Amino acid sequence: MVITRDDVIDWIKVYAQLLVEKKDYLTDLDSAIGDADHGANMNRGFQAVLSKLPGMEDQDIGTIFKTVGMTLLSTVGGAGGPLYGSLFIQAGKAVSGKMELTLADWADALEAATTGVVSRGKAVLEDKTMVDALTPAVEALKESVSKGLSLSEGLKNSAKAAEEGMIATIPLVARKGRASYLGERSAGHQDPGATSSFYLVNTAFKTWTNSHK
Amino acid sequence: MKKLINKPEEVVKEELQGIELAHPDLVKVFYDPDFIVRVDAPVKGKVGIISGGGSGHEPMHGGFVGKGMLDAACPGAVFTSPTPDQMLAATKAVDGGAGVLHIVKNYTGDVMNFEMAADLAKEEGLEVEAVVIDDDVAVKDSLYTAGRRGVGLTVLVEKICGAAAEEGRSLKEVADLARKVNSLGRTMGMALTSCTVPHAGKPTFDLPEDEMEIGIGIHGEPGRKRMKLQSADEVVEMLMDPIISDIPYKSGDEVLLFVNGMGGTPLIELYVLYRKAVEVAEKHGIKVVRNLIGPYITSLEMAGTSITMLKMDADLIKLWDAPVLTAGMRKGI
Ligand SMILES: Nc1ncnc2c1ncn2[C@@H]1O[C@H](COP(=O)(O)OP(=O)(O)OP(=O)(O)O)[C@@H](O)[C@H]1O
Ligand SMILES: [Mg+2]
Repeated sequence: MVITRDDVIDWIKVYAQLLVEKKDYLTDLDSAIGDADHGANMNRGFQAVLSKLPGMEDQDIGTIFKTVGMTLLSTVGGAGGPLYGSLFIQAGKAVSGKMELTLADWADALEAATTGVVSRGKAVLEDKTMVDALTPAVEALKESVSKGLSLSEGLKNSAKAAEEGMIATIPLVARKGRASYLGERSAGHQDPGATSSFYLVNTAFKTWTNSHK
Repeated sequence: MKKLINKPEEVVKEELQGIELAHPDLVKVFYDPDFIVRVDAPVKGKVGIISGGGSGHEPMHGGFVGKGMLDAACPGAVFTSPTPDQMLAATKAVDGGAGVLHIVKNYTGDVMNFEMAADLAKEEGLEVEAVVIDDDVAVKDSLYTAGRRGVGLTVLVEKICGAAAEEGRSLKEVADLARKVNSLGRTMGMALTSCTVPHAGKPTFDLPEDEMEIGIGIHGEPGRKRMKLQSADEVVEMLMDPIISDIPYKSGDEVLLFVNGMGGTPLIELYVLYRKAVEVAEKHGIKVVRNLIGPYITSLEMAGTSITMLKMDADLIKLWDAPVLTAGMRKGI
């Protein structure tokens, strides 16, 4: 089974819709250790993406990802803009020209995406950032591919790993981004960026397994 | 939330429209991407200086666009860094052939967006230098974290570098000057209340009536510690001691002392603070040779203050005293 271009577009739509619902929650998380804007930033970006979707629908998946990334870069601002912008632009480069993705392609895309986030933001694991949700998701995908697991099993494993990574940010002391200004006081709060990244991986799992039932 | 706004999403755009109507003699305003430029930009042969950051810190940065200070400012959403396309467009609009300096406050978002903009500008053949301002002593400095925030000193850097560019100094000279000012200045802030980001609709943190927050930045983010409210004089000591011991400032130093209001603190209180700050400086043998008092880098309606000290020399004094004509700061013109 493969992920089609329509699946990719559905995923982006579902994620944008989820951000509308979770906007206040993400902003609450960011109030505790940041500046109360992560939900609004992500929502602004993905609303702009939605308005550009009609023009992307006949492109290849790589181009779709790159257009999403460029749109985020020019509409999100904050740390989220360059980070999520790089995430999608690098994912796009990894699957350039493809009209459908296997689990292995998706693993490559998310790996390139995560590398893009790391090279832009210089965060390492346990800095209490979105990297803490993305890295385990990539590892779970790669392991699933090497074990020859099905698409839905692989997606499920990656969502679970991202969720664990997100929850594991709670006790951490932030070393990157605004939350690092709080020092020890950042411990005890879940990172907003790790949360929005978990949603991204989790909606991929939910949307793509539903469409292949 | 009680604010004189129409819709949270429209605040920045409507503010820009107001600025455009109010100051056509000083600035031009561009939309999508949003930026404010000096009315006579690009000034031929002069280094262009741009800055930018989230909105909500007015008059910084848009209020500092004009002769003797910034050539352009890029406003982001409230408390959110602007985007690379704004910075690129502003860079092109102010390039008078002598290169463009980006003055960047040290926040992850601002730094990454300005880096991407500088990369794009260089690809288009423009000469760009960036200087990152990180003067906040409330934050522990470390290679492994985001480092210190850029706060009050930014205003002084923009004024001093603006004067140097106006004098005809080169891009390298103006950038080195910005780095020099950054190395000689330090800031520490405190809050009596939080502030409400329009799209969040409620205060970023709760601060009980009898408590204050020490070591805050300019985005309503919580500070390093919370304590029982103290008198103005005690607060000044709490802010001045870490500043003085950080560089450290020494007996015999001449400084500019900047007492900033965070948006909700009236001038009457800022002068009470200034009086004590001069006393503390003098106790250490530090001579206050210039000052700035007022709300110049704010955090919406937050009540509170920040104190900045900048060690001065003859060149810095000359540049500080040079004429400036902007909506937010004016002297000698
Ligand atoms: N250097 C970094 N590397 C990776 N992720 C980061 C880094 N810095 C911050 N983040 C992520 O970004 C999230 C915050 O994003 P947000 O949209 O709130 O931007 P912001 O930091 O408020 O930006 P700005 O400072 O301009 O307002 C954090 O929760 C964290 O996951
Ligand atoms: Mg934030």
